Amino acid sequence: MLIVLGSLVSVLVVVLFRGAPALSVSMLTQTSTGGYYLGKEGGILNAIVGSAYLVSGATAIAVTISLPTALYLNEYASRSKLAGFARQSLDVLWSVPSIIYGVFGFTIMVYLGIGASLLGGIMALALLELPIMIRAMDEVMRMIPLKLRESSYALGATKFETALNVTARQALPGITMGVLLAVGRAIGDAASILFTAGYTDSIPRSLFGPVASLPLAVFFQLGTPFPEVQQRAYASGFILLVIVLSLSIASRLLTRRATSYVIK
Amino acid sequence: MKVERLPKTHISVEKLNVFYEGHHVLKDITLEIPEKQITVIIGPSGCGKTTLLKCLDRLIDLVDGVEVTGRVLFDGVDVLDKQVDVLNIRKRMGLIAQTPNPLPMSIYDNVAYGPRIHGTNNRRELDQIVERCLQVASIWNEVRNRLDEPASKLSAGQQQRLCLARALAVRPEVLLCDEPTSALDPISAGHIERQLFALKQDYTIVFVTHTLRQARRLADYVVFLYLGQLVEHGPTETMFTQPNDPRTKAYIEGAFG
Repeated sequence: MLIVLGSLVSVLVVVLFRGAPALSVSMLTQTSTGGYYLGKEGGILNAIVGSAYLVSGATAIAVTISLPTALYLNEYASRSKLAGFARQSLDVLWSVPSIIYGVFGFTIMVYLGIGASLLGGIMALALLELPIMIRAMDEVMRMIPLKLRESSYALGATKFETALNVTARQALPGITMGVLLAVGRAIGDAASILFTAGYTDSIPRSLFGPVASLPLAVFFQLGTPFPEVQQRAYASGFILLVIVLSLSIASRLLTRRATSYVIK
Repeated sequence: MKVERLPKTHISVEKLNVFYEGHHVLKDITLEIPEKQITVIIGPSGCGKTTLLKCLDRLIDLVDGVEVTGRVLFDGVDVLDKQVDVLNIRKRMGLIAQTPNPLPMSIYDNVAYGPRIHGTNNRRELDQIVERCLQVASIWNEVRNRLDEPASKLSAGQQQRLCLARALAVRPEVLLCDEPTSALDPISAGHIERQLFALKQDYTIVFVTHTLRQARRLADYVVFLYLGQLVEHGPTETMFTQPNDPRTKAYIEGAFG
């Protein structure tokens, strides 16, 4: 427990310590300009907004697919061979390095004739999020005792009604956790969007144009030879951490009421 | 002159056999369950009481690796027939489980859940059903001002009465009770018992227990299961005072349990 808490705190402290001198309001309110990477004026608003677009798009797609899939695995196909195979495949996909998703997405995009774009990035991140979400939700749903679902079936409920009203509600904390896990991985992932989303200094206005992102902003800034720009990379990293932390806290608060109905 | 009418058979079980992963769990059970009476199934743990109950409303379907043969006629319809409308059968047979298992929703929604899935969506109608069922389960006065609270906040005894109300809300004809008082304190258990006793006017009740005194208090008919076999069944007084089978006699005298 101490080690876990200690490592979280030390990461925060190191990033904050090295990035603090570069943290400023203009960083959050301005987009990058040509000279930004040489140490001139500007901010990373383009990357913050870009990451928000990318991750919210990808998460919306991933949740839409994951929730029905996890419910299906549990309510309809719980111990079938197909379900076992699906779970194993998802576990493998979970551990696939994200660069593979990037390259895969890029190949598909080339085939479809789409360039590096918001749409491409969303697709690659959705692929990255899917196995995490499905398996996390699935594991929590599997722990729901049969007795609870039985009491729904005993009233004459169908599998669909039981999945929606009982399994999904009871698994709500786990569903939230699954979404958060996936969002955390996606928002910090650079490799999968390197080719698929590209990078730009402006805020994207179209699904088909390139888009900036926080992890790539960190990556590019760290790659410059200028100490003040590297400092900004740490500051950007700190912003990324703060976003992930606040998402985690916000989701907990938002689902608190619904979670109170869960049977212990 | 008082004429005793023989109660009508509501459910009749014919040559029911259940195999579970190679084990013969229920062996050739043949049994008639009378309408609007309390039939109590007794027997030591693991003798197949719960399995028998689960065959009546086909909840046995949820268990993997089970094979069921024989017939269970419910108002003349074979429940075990694959063509039968299982959802309708389950709607007509309410279940009170061993441990209280409220659904992950509010007190109100727990009771309204059943009627809702069967198509009642009118709020006023639902309000009436919820109030009536909670009253019959004699928990209305305790929860009337906190219907929106999570059901999980109730005590175990209250939860079990809520489960009774939930079962009644879909207007079943039969109540299947699987040791519904075994996880409760004596006072809550007494509540449930008295309510079930009052409910037999309107419902056919099948009650599983391993408490002999409870069986004697509640039962009109007693069925004794032992190692998956139906040893003996009959009216309560006969079963407790003049059992035919030596195994019944031994069990009732407490020689094993």
